[in-house]
Amino acid sequence: MENNYPVFTKEMVKDYTILIPSMLDTHMILFSRVLQNCGYKCKVLDNFDGVCEVGLRYVHNDTCYPATLVIGQFIDALNKMKDTSKVALILTQTGGGCRASNYIHLLRKALIKANYGHVPVISLSMQGLEKSGFKITFSMVQKLAAALLYGDLIMYLHNKTRSSEVHKGETKQLVNRLCQELADKLEHGFGITKRNLRKNFKYIIDEFSKIELDGIPKIKVGIVGEIYVKYASLGNNNLEEFLVSQGAEVNVPGLLGFMDYNFYVNLFDKELYGGSKLKNLIFKWLIKFVDKREAIMIDELKKSKFEPMNPFSHTVNLNEGILSHGVKMGEGFLLTAEMVELIQEGYENIVCAQPFGCLPNHICGKGVMKNIKEHYPNSNIVAIDYDPSATKVNQENRIKLMLAIAKENLNAKNK
Amino acid sequence: MRIGIDIGSTTIKCIVYDNNLNIIHSSYERHYSHIQEKLIKVLKDIKNTCYVDDAYLAISGSAGMGLATDLGIEFVQEVYATRVAVNKYIPGTDCVIELGGEDAKILFLSDGLEVRMNGSCAGGTGAFIDQMSTLLNVSIDDLNAVAKEHEKVYNIASRCGVFAKTDIQPLLNQGAKKQDIAASIFKAVVNQTIGGLAQGREIKGKVVYLGGPLTFLSELKASFDESLKVDGVTPDHSLYFVCFGAALVASENITLDDLIERITNYVPKEEYSYSLPLFKDEKELQEFRNRHNKAIVETIDFSNSKAPYYLGIDSGSTTLKVCLIDDNDKIVYSSYCSNKGNPVDLLKGFLLEIYALDENIDIKGAVSTGYGEELIKQAFNLDDGLVETMAHFQAGKKFNPDVDFIIDIGGQDIKCFKIEHGVITNIFLNEACSSGCGSFLQTFASALGYDVAEFSKIGLLAPKPVDLGSRCTVFMNSSVKQAQKDGATIDNISAGLSISVVKNALYKVIRTTNKDSLGNNIIVQGGTFYNEAVLRAFERELGKNVIRPNISGIMGAYGAALYAKSLNLEKSQILNKEQIEHFEKTTTQTKCGLCGNHCTLTINIFNGKNRFISGNRCEKPTTKKKVDSSLNIYEYIRNKLMSYKPVEGKRGTVGIPLVLNMYELYPFWHTLFTKLGFKVINSGFSTTNTYTKGQNTIPSDTVCFPAKLVHGHIDKLIEEGVETIFYPASSYNLDEHISDNHYNCPIVAYYPEQIHNNVKKTTNINYLYDYISLSDRDFFKKRIVGILKKINKDLNKKEINIAVDEAYLELENYYADIKEHGQEIIKKARESGKDIFVSCGRPYHVDPLICHEIDKLINGYDKAVINELCLSYLRDKEQRKVLNQWTYHARMYNAARYVCDYDDMNIVQLVSFGCGLDAITTDEIKEILELKNKIYTQIKIDEITNMGAVRIRLRSLFKALERIRKYGK
Repeated sequence: MENNYPVFTKEMVKDYTILIPSMLDTHMILFSRVLQNCGYKCKVLDNFDGVCEVGLRYVHNDTCYPATLVIGQFIDALNKMKDTSKVALILTQTGGGCRASNYIHLLRKALIKANYGHVPVISLSMQGLEKSGFKITFSMVQKLAAALLYGDLIMYLHNKTRSSEVHKGETKQLVNRLCQELADKLEHGFGITKRNLRKNFKYIIDEFSKIELDGIPKIKVGIVGEIYVKYASLGNNNLEEFLVSQGAEVNVPGLLGFMDYNFYVNLFDKELYGGSKLKNLIFKWLIKFVDKREAIMIDELKKSKFEPMNPFSHTVNLNEGILSHGVKMGEGFLLTAEMVELIQEGYENIVCAQPFGCLPNHICGKGVMKNIKEHYPNSNIVAIDYDPSATKVNQENRIKLMLAIAKENLNAKNK
Repeated sequence: MRIGIDIGSTTIKCIVYDNNLNIIHSSYERHYSHIQEKLIKVLKDIKNTCYVDDAYLAISGSAGMGLATDLGIEFVQEVYATRVAVNKYIPGTDCVIELGGEDAKILFLSDGLEVRMNGSCAGGTGAFIDQMSTLLNVSIDDLNAVAKEHEKVYNIASRCGVFAKTDIQPLLNQGAKKQDIAASIFKAVVNQTIGGLAQGREIKGKVVYLGGPLTFLSELKASFDESLKVDGVTPDHSLYFVCFGAALVASENITLDDLIERITNYVPKEEYSYSLPLFKDEKELQEFRNRHNKAIVETIDFSNSKAPYYLGIDSGSTTLKVCLIDDNDKIVYSSYCSNKGNPVDLLKGFLLEIYALDENIDIKGAVSTGYGEELIKQAFNLDDGLVETMAHFQAGKKFNPDVDFIIDIGGQDIKCFKIEHGVITNIFLNEACSSGCGSFLQTFASALGYDVAEFSKIGLLAPKPVDLGSRCTVFMNSSVKQAQKDGATIDNISAGLSISVVKNALYKVIRTTNKDSLGNNIIVQGGTFYNEAVLRAFERELGKNVIRPNISGIMGAYGAALYAKSLNLEKSQILNKEQIEHFEKTTTQTKCGLCGNHCTLTINIFNGKNRFISGNRCEKPTTKKKVDSSLNIYEYIRNKLMSYKPVEGKRGTVGIPLVLNMYELYPFWHTLFTKLGFKVINSGFSTTNTYTKGQNTIPSDTVCFPAKLVHGHIDKLIEEGVETIFYPASSYNLDEHISDNHYNCPIVAYYPEQIHNNVKKTTNINYLYDYISLSDRDFFKKRIVGILKKINKDLNKKEINIAVDEAYLELENYYADIKEHGQEIIKKARESGKDIFVSCGRPYHVDPLICHEIDKLINGYDKAVINELCLSYLRDKEQRKVLNQWTYHARMYNAARYVCDYDDMNIVQLVSFGCGLDAITTDEIKEILELKNKIYTQIKIDEITNMGAVRIRLRSLFKALERIRKYGK
């Protein structure tokens, strides 16, 4: 059997528009502008209504929810275009033993069913790229890393201020403005060097520092989970917004951690199953590369009124005693480590979000809760499943229960 | 004054406290989704009876959330409210179990507060009990009353109401006693609550029961007490604890008049998403009706009919259909009704009605079909039985000789057949899910206070049918709740439900992505299509007109009658009038002794002569035929695995759970440890008892059944006194060089971690769950040393190396042996002209409990059974359209490719419910097979599987293959 999928060729770079699925608003915009800078035309998708229905039509019903949504969003977007002859799609792939690594294949199958067999798909994967005109260069990686850090910092500070802002809507406005400013910089190739990173981090932090906060202690809620439903509002029914509307301060661990986790996994793999030394060195180098830049961000935060996040080198070992580093499919041990980190940082209340029937999360999410509870009796974790017909009412009701207990704990503390 | 109002999924409850917290008023009623009106009534009652003008007031309950938010009234989460109330009224409580309409909750109050509520599954709640009582056709009170007199308890799937139904229906059809079933239903609720919610935390100490079901149903409470070994308390006002909590927490003083006005003026936002109306206007509806009135089989009066006659009986899962035709195929007598759980007695009445037409009526053939085919055939001594799929095809041809697709939506099942060149080439059955069936609509209709016919009618002209999507009935409950919250009116909900029935059938059961692939001559039938809303939605969704025969509900029976005619008998052997008048049925129970399973058999004896046996897992007790089990590789593998016996050793004992990948790696580990001087024992094959034992430590109720079983296996080993349990984890499996990578699935890879985190008993023993993979022998040798030294420090590298080599050799031999035996089976089958079935799954599917001995079932039909391992090595690696990176899954792709080249081989894929990876493999295997015109058959299996449906499916497959062989494709 030969697979004759259309390839994104060098010639297409100039006049094809690459569609990027939505996930993290700020990050995605920044990434897309980096790609623009590298010579690709891109568009971050913003179609949400009816996406799930379209997805259900083209993807196996029992496949995980993120696949349904992402593929649905692509096909829905294509349906709405007059001309699809100059369009390509891009999908990130983490690879590994989780079924999520099959998204790209499911997407291709679905495209054929929907009569878009001619649309090329670019796979952006850590496990090596398929041959195509989309070239990842060191300079692109550097720029994407910068974009990722900006995105993480903005998201982090956004969550620190949004629920305490005195002037309603101020934070949101700032986020939009900063996102635009940084996007423009990135598009023109600025803001990449370590020196510029430091400058821009400081600028972002300074801008957020200007927001007047009410100083009232809030219920602190952390969000962890399967990468897509954790971050994508389309996947989690606007979970962050909902929590903020209930008066909570939210903490969503950044994308950097997920990326770093994927590097570390290779180190642990070598330890457990053997493997090449060279590969090991490359990943060690990548981790260092990221660590250095992360350190600048944390350093700048330390100088400000905001509590800095932990460096990932700290987080990466927090799962110990509960789940081994060997669990590497899906979010694996990272999920457990993040829960522990959140609890240690005072975010004892946690929403663990996963698609219904998510295989790894049976083990690294729901499976560890009992043990975490034993280690941290004050933790208050609720697991929420997302799927095409799980209703918002049920999800919100469960979250409200978690919040009611959180509130009681908060009141007890303040007494 | 304080007022607490609890608006649940089905009821609205309220209490009023005076200033000294004395209860001065309470009310409890069903709201039938008219929440606004009922709430106003409740408030007015309070005002009139308690003379209150203002009070501290809060709302609680799942259906109250949206309303409270929109009206700006304080909302208290209901579990939290319960906790507040319990702390006040029953201090010292350790644990609260509360069951409501659709919610089930457990609150642990002592030793670390924890609250559990059911997530996306509403199994084991009041709604479930309601559904079950409807199914048994008794009131809830009667259900309780009869349960008191039970003698035995059947194992009913506790996870989901839908599953439970599939267990209960066959029990009913097989004549099990109502008393026993009632008690079994309660036990299922108990198991669901404990298994699903407690998640490893022990329920003990002072237990309090709250909520409607536990208040009204004494037997349910008794069942809980028995399972938990406690004497739980049902306090006074046990229905009102949520109200109490809400009232106690309430912090806002509200003027009642003002509130009533606000509710009166409240217009819910019509924000739900909706689809096109089913019909724009009356005219369109009329045209539609006229068109469908044309597809008819004539019904004539007996006096005008032409002898002889032929009788067809379709004993379905919830209904009984009878059809008598004359020599011109016209219907002389027909009947369609609910089987009330007792089809035999009902049918007796119908037959007497037929004999009343003419005592000596010349019946030349009588055939039964459907779930109860065998039962009815035996009871009334019919001439033959017919697989229901074939019966429907017979009838369909009468309406359109070119029929190429039949979809039948009945009470609980959806059946679809694709027909090509007169052969049924594909069959879709809803195996594990009855969403989108007749009973689904019925349940909703009665929950909303309507009769089902009336209910669907009001949806016909609804302007904005709610878009409810497609999925499980249980989820649908909450979707409907959500829609009501968003202001959807009953007519729009009704229309929406009808549309979702269709969507379920199309997108969930058939999983069509290309509507044209279904066919152009489509016949729709089954009771559900009497419903015009469903019929319209179906045509709408497909974009083409279909034929609905006027006898759409009795097509199976009609087909059976036609088949009876084709038998060309001189005279039917059906019981005559006198025999029926003196019809007698005795039911006894016994344990089957024909094999080690010891199934509990229910034996019905009719008129002292014909016997019908049910409860059997294989065909042995019914056919008494000797099955050639040497043609069953599963049996061979099971025996082979059990041949690895423990050998006494000097270094103590190691226990290995026989679970997941261990069904294949056991020869390796057994050899390794035995060679090193350990006595190796395993946990044996799974039994129901294994499952129950471990059930309370399962943290995720949606994980697959094979994984759930691991808990019980570990428990068993610990109970046997094993001090070291070895259950290694690994991301990687063996590399068989037929895939791009050689992963395990996440569950197989990391379940040892799950045990570590959730089975507390493992902390008292040496539980080893290190990561190690067999794929690289040299690295394995390096790594295993450290692991083994944790068991015994004295082990040295040299002896370990030798043992490792021997273990690898043994594993190789094991594989070679299975493969060789597979070839032998193929050869033998070919020599005797037997069909070969590849029962495709994972190594753990050899476990008799996991695969429900489907292998024996197939084998029992005189077929040879091999598995994917027997074939996968015979094909090279080939590029797949999906990511081919799991060792076990790659085998199935290769086996499917192999099967394509042989006419006498076919695949039956076993899929464990909840297996996420099989969502990918099933599509891919189907594609591989269909490319070469092979029939793809998938059987979904779970904790409990409806073996009746499996049989129908297999028999239809055999029939289809027979026809293909006879007439070609």
